[in-house]
Amino acid sequence: MSLVQNFPFFSIILAMFSGILSSVLDGKKARNVSLAAIVMTTVMSAAVLHFCVRTGQSYTYMMGHFPAPWGNEIRAGVLEGQTAVLFGVVMFLAVVGGMDHTAMDVEESKQNLFYIMIDLMLSSLLALIYTNDLFTAYVFVEINTIAGCGLIMIRQIGRSLSSAIRYMIMSQLGSGLFLIGLSLLYDVTGHLLMSPAKEAVAAIEAAGLYEVPMLVIMAVVSVGLAIKSGLYPFHYWIPDTYGYATPTASAVLSGLVSKGYIFLLIKIFYRVLGRENVIASQIVNVLFVFGLAGMLMGSVHAILERDTRRMIAYSSVAQIGYIYMGIGLGTQAGMVAALFHMFTHSATKALLFISAVGLYEVSGDRKDFRSLQGSGYRNPLAGIGFAVGSLSMVGFPMLSGFISKLLFATSALQSPHKMLPTVIALAISTILNAVYFLRLVITLYTIPEAENAAGKGNDKRQRVFVAAKGQGEASAFPASSRKLRLAIVSFILLNLVLGLCSQPIVNQIGNGLTMFE
Amino acid sequence: MSRRRDDYESSWWRRFKSWVDGETDLLAEGMEIRIPQVPGDGNGETKQPGSQARQAGTDGETRQLGSQAYQAGADDGKDRPPHLFYESRGIRWFRRFYQVMSVLLCLSIIFVLLWTIACLPAIGNAGNPDNNEVSARYIEKGLQETGAVNIVTGMILDYRAFDTFGESCVLFIASCCVLVLLRIDAKDGDIQTRKRLEMADDRRFEPKEDIILQKCACVLVPLILVFGIYIVLNGHLSPGGGFSGGAVLGSGLILYLNAFGFQKTERFFTEKIYRRITLCALTFYCMAKSYSFFTGANHLKSGIPLGTPGTILSSGLILPLNICVGLVVACTMYAFYALFRKGGM
Repeated sequence: MSLVQNFPFFSIILAMFSGILSSVLDGKKARNVSLAAIVMTTVMSAAVLHFCVRTGQSYTYMMGHFPAPWGNEIRAGVLEGQTAVLFGVVMFLAVVGGMDHTAMDVEESKQNLFYIMIDLMLSSLLALIYTNDLFTAYVFVEINTIAGCGLIMIRQIGRSLSSAIRYMIMSQLGSGLFLIGLSLLYDVTGHLLMSPAKEAVAAIEAAGLYEVPMLVIMAVVSVGLAIKSGLYPFHYWIPDTYGYATPTASAVLSGLVSKGYIFLLIKIFYRVLGRENVIASQIVNVLFVFGLAGMLMGSVHAILERDTRRMIAYSSVAQIGYIYMGIGLGTQAGMVAALFHMFTHSATKALLFISAVGLYEVSGDRKDFRSLQGSGYRNPLAGIGFAVGSLSMVGFPMLSGFISKLLFATSALQSPHKMLPTVIALAISTILNAVYFLRLVITLYTIPEAENAAGKGNDKRQRVFVAAKGQGEASAFPASSRKLRLAIVSFILLNLVLGLCSQPIVNQIGNGLTMFE
Repeated sequence: MSRRRDDYESSWWRRFKSWVDGETDLLAEGMEIRIPQVPGDGNGETKQPGSQARQAGTDGETRQLGSQAYQAGADDGKDRPPHLFYESRGIRWFRRFYQVMSVLLCLSIIFVLLWTIACLPAIGNAGNPDNNEVSARYIEKGLQETGAVNIVTGMILDYRAFDTFGESCVLFIASCCVLVLLRIDAKDGDIQTRKRLEMADDRRFEPKEDIILQKCACVLVPLILVFGIYIVLNGHLSPGGGFSGGAVLGSGLILYLNAFGFQKTERFFTEKIYRRITLCALTFYCMAKSYSFFTGANHLKSGIPLGTPGTILSSGLILPLNICVGLVVACTMYAFYALFRKGGM
């Protein structure tokens, strides 16, 4: 066994250990430890990805001295590697970009606790990605949930506390359903490890046994994970949670946490329940319908929203709907599109949250449309970042959102019964996306009317800068730091990479999905 | 008004109803509570709500006392009638609809799950799917492979140690979350913090130097602690282990704290010590298990002797791991209690 094959295990343990270590460090050191851990795990994941692409196969890794059905096991393949690398990059940039705000929003003596949450969140995400064991998945789902709650409530203002409670209740409901599903599955298969469980499920299906329990298992596992990732009718925790947490937490929660659960769901579909069985049970059709509803209703809610940060959060509801619609198509192409959109959404939503912070900084920390007028001139880079993110979400060519929409549309053509609703919903949802995102982008580059009338010089931009100066002094936040700018530029580049070099990534996703089976 | 029984006020129904309506506290009569002196009430008289309410026999008095005690927190809500929000008809209808629907939903979920259980294999049947090679090997070879007489411990700390490491991290992160929520970081001269500390401090309600409690604790605490240590150390030999033994240890500490107060507990258990113990225990767990995972996956010999099964120094890493888990659990339980009591340790 080569050294590279140890890396998935190293990265999980490293992230956990950095969390444990941070409990005795002060805020700044904990932050550096956390950043170092993220960088190292990302590098290791990249090495794993390279190894899997080079050898062209996945491998399992025994956790301890006992082989497969007795001990724990993790598994690494192309898809796992890709997801881990992307999650690591997004997490790093989110932490770097929101660093100054974290320092401001969180009490000084509690900052190390914030980075403990980040570290354990990272380790649990990695474990959810690499796991080959259902109970390990459940344990790390628990860690993920509690860390998510901690990240939300650490801001300690009324709204974030109440939204943390809401998040906890919904998330625990999802975990509970997931656990019920796992216990039922254990009862009928006798295995917790994914590969033997899949064989047992295939034997059960072939013999036609336990039809009701199997259906309930599929339903309960899908619904549990759908609640946790915020599929449409269970989305009520999303706007408050993303809207009032500190920026890093919002970016991490919307970009990574919900995606971790979706990845786990896909993994369970492929590696435990069997894709054919899931399609035969019509569960995918339910997910498809709710995905479509989410795409439309999320966008409608976003249009009605006045607070821009909550608007971005509602847009997440719509994008999660896209992903579930892709899963619901039930074809390999649909799954590839869903996974690619998962990548797109993590990169783009984090970009939107982080660059929105840059805009609030120059607008007196206010988040409504009126205050943001002209802020694209006051903080040019954040404005560009936000515009790029918006265009990507709307589906502008060259950006990653375009590719995922293209993939959704082409994959819809392969499933004749679902083609028409998918394409119509895609079209409507794209228009709705454009309505709220472009309205905000236009607002960003509109000079406030009051300033227009009051200003004396002819040069519009000069007047805006004067206005900005006045507002900048009123703002409690300093102008955006170098870290924020670095994060925005890197996010834009990440988006362009996903948009322009999509073909190899899409090929590898398909490759990874084949390895799943 | 319809006719009432003469002894209505003291009837069971009346008491139950007043408790349901939130007028009285169920525990109010059974517990000795000293309400702190209201400023301006200079005679230093201590009021006991339970006895007074009994004397007066009306709920009005109790309510008044309650409002006195909580006046500080409820200043802004005083002018607003409590049920204003539900007054409008549409909202009332919606609430009723919502309640009916949620009950229906719960009933249908219960029905579906019960139906599923009816379709599952019968419990204890030898041919069940979960009686397979996995459990067979745990039972047959568990002692030989892990060295632990207690199969459950062997399973959670050796066969599936990665999951258990995750579980102890769940405890760790849960205690971090409680720290975030409840710890009040004292800054000198900060009025806000001092106010919060004062509000969080509930020691003025507790009877000081309760001789009965202290004497009982003198007898019980050593016994409880020894029993907890016994459970932890014998985790691989008899039922129990780190999680249960740690819980016993934690409850012993909590009893000690209740009997003797924070000042005496802080002589040997402060936040610094709590942090160090948690760090050392989890680090050791992390290192030991990483070593065993690494050697296992790379097919190397771990070189840790399993010893003779049945003796206390046996079964390789399980004993030290049990100690680590026990320490983490005990500290976490104590920390939860202390944080809920006064927002610090």
